[in-house]
Amino acid sequence: MKADPSGVLTGMHFLDGDHAACEGALAAGCRFVAGYPITPSTEVVERFASRIPMVGGVFIQMEDEIASSIAVLGGAWGGKKVMTVTSGPGLSLMMEHIGLAAITETPVVIVDVQRGGPSTGLPTLPAQADMMQVKWGSHGDYEIIALSPASPQECFDLMIRAFNLAETWRVPVFFMMDEVIGHMTERVDIPPADRIDVVERRWTTKKPGEYRPYAAGPDGVPDMVKAGDGHRIHITGLTHDERGYPAMNPAAQDKLVRRLTDKIRKNREALADIREDGVEDADVVVVSFGITSRVAAAAVDSARAAGLKVGHMRLVVVWPFPEHRIAQMAPRVKAFVVPELNLGQIALEVERAAAGRARTVRIGHAGGTVHEPEQILAGIREAAG
Amino acid sequence: MSQNLAIAADEREYPVENPVIPYLRQERIPHIWCPGCGIGTTVNCFARALTESKRDLDQVAIVSGIGCTGRVAGYLNLDSFHTTHGRAIPFATGLKLSNPKLKVVVYSGDGDLFAIGGNHFVHAARRNMDLTVICVNNFTYGMTGGQLAPTTPIGASQTTMPYGNFENPFNLPFLADACGAVYVARWTVFHVKQLTRAMHEAISKPGFTFVEVLAPCPTLYSRRNKLGDGVDQVKYYKERSVVKHGAATKEVALGFQGDIVVGKFVDRERETWLDGMNAHFEKVLGPRYRRYGE
Ligand SMILES: Cc1ncc(C[n+]2csc(CCOP(=O)(O)OP(=O)(O)O)c2C)c(N)n1
Ligand code: SF4
Ligand SMILES: [Mg+2]
Repeated sequence: MKADPSGVLTGMHFLDGDHAACEGALAAGCRFVAGYPITPSTEVVERFASRIPMVGGVFIQMEDEIASSIAVLGGAWGGKKVMTVTSGPGLSLMMEHIGLAAITETPVVIVDVQRGGPSTGLPTLPAQADMMQVKWGSHGDYEIIALSPASPQECFDLMIRAFNLAETWRVPVFFMMDEVIGHMTERVDIPPADRIDVVERRWTTKKPGEYRPYAAGPDGVPDMVKAGDGHRIHITGLTHDERGYPAMNPAAQDKLVRRLTDKIRKNREALADIREDGVEDADVVVVSFGITSRVAAAAVDSARAAGLKVGHMRLVVVWPFPEHRIAQMAPRVKAFVVPELNLGQIALEVERAAAGRARTVRIGHAGGTVHEPEQILAGIREAAG
Repeated sequence: MSQNLAIAADEREYPVENPVIPYLRQERIPHIWCPGCGIGTTVNCFARALTESKRDLDQVAIVSGIGCTGRVAGYLNLDSFHTTHGRAIPFATGLKLSNPKLKVVVYSGDGDLFAIGGNHFVHAARRNMDLTVICVNNFTYGMTGGQLAPTTPIGASQTTMPYGNFENPFNLPFLADACGAVYVARWTVFHVKQLTRAMHEAISKPGFTFVEVLAPCPTLYSRRNKLGDGVDQVKYYKERSVVKHGAATKEVALGFQGDIVVGKFVDRERETWLDGMNAHFEKVLGPRYRRYGE
């Protein structure tokens, strides 16, 4: 399906990442946003609040992030494509509803414009330290998808993908920006609506009485309805059977939780989006994501100029983690170098996937600014050493 | 039709099916509630209120939080959502704003709505969000075993207030009134007719409408406080209730086994959030505004 033109601001723009992300959501068909202001994410909802009256939809500023994170789930079951937007402290408040979205398979996009933590940390300065929180933050076993844009243009383009993935897989999709990407202004091209592909909700074709809300298709994902369609659905955060009714027993738990995790884990390779540069004959491969990949690219160029055989993998989709690709490369590279604006989160995944067949060199950074290319270069030299 | 409605042969010419049955998800019965629990009575009244309202039931959604009362959503044959503890109101807010044709009813316990969920209640009432909130007030946390609730009267014992409660409870109608609810009523499960009428009025009136229902929790609250069984508690409601329509809500606070002022306290007009949004944007944005929700 093509995008609804009323939400698409076709043309060449000069936008920061927060504004571009908002335009991406509007182009993707997002028509309900509930949010609560927090630096450095606020501009996303501010733009949505000013744009949506002319597009046709609703913005509501809720009383806190607990409320906004569940208001959007209500919005999804009312039939709209939905998004909420936050940063670290707000993300921490949203955790219970990430679990609710996962178990009820409610499509939702959650934007996290990362800042330094823990706690109030560095409100106006960047970090990439929520990567593990979005993967593991809510209790229980579940899976999510996380994308990591590296420019305002990608904030627009990948946001459309984020909505399409949420609708396709019915999982929470995290849009992992950071303060620098959010506030950096660059050229953003927005294509005409008829050149933007959007995924419609998986509306059931079944009639009331035949439809079972949690009977999944071959891809592990059930079709959806909305409240008011006459299906008289029951949706619960309790473990449930295919009818959606509570089923408090180990067999039902096993069936449901395995399906919720398998629908993503078994599609890890299809979901992966890795931008690779010169990895084929590399001795050392730099693995990066988001803003750090731009600094890493400069370090890789310098290392190559110094005669080192260095490749670069930029993870556009960070979760599910593309462990298959790391595992393929591990036997033939000396080391992976993982720069990130945290003290070692995605590096742990690289290490796990490499499983001792290649070293992992962590280039941690506590946040507040981006790396110096020299820090990453030093890591590459050490790894090549 | 359920088996416990077996009837004598000579009665078969009369319509004997319990009128509430079409409102229940029959395949989910038996329910989890204890014998003598008051929640079932409130559901009965709610089903009758739906009948009286003559609403298209496909356009009525029910949202509950977590607790014994939170299980109501799962037994009603409506689009029904059993959400997280305390968050039924913000879920309902999103549902209503996303699909404004729906009548959205929040049905939950006193702990759920006024302890963990208190902030959401306050703000939804302030906004005059078009929701009906029905609170089953049993003065306790039933589901978790009888702990202190924000409604527990001073002097009542609870597992986490083992020497008797010393902290001040909420006066729920006063709170709802102060926050801007357009309809506020209180009844008990003894007053089934009045409760049914209040529920009917609440779901028929646009805006944030609130009904508090006192209901016994014989298993935890009554037993711990040596108040007898469910019937004894209903007798107490009968003996000590005083009907005062239009009573000033600040006068209707409840004391331990004291008088219970019941009635319709507030019934006023205010623009709902969505009507306010449409009117405001139309005024300030003119023809550029795309009117929402019609
Ligand atoms: C976040 C969270 N905290 C605590 C609980 C445990 N819990 C479940 S129900 C409940 C209290 C319910 O009390 P009330 O709303 O009055 O409902 P009742 O059981 O009395 O009908 C609590 C504390 C929970 N489910 N979730
Ligand atoms: S514990 Fe109390 S509130 Fe819960 S079902 Fe039993 S009687 Fe009702
Ligand atoms: Mg209670």
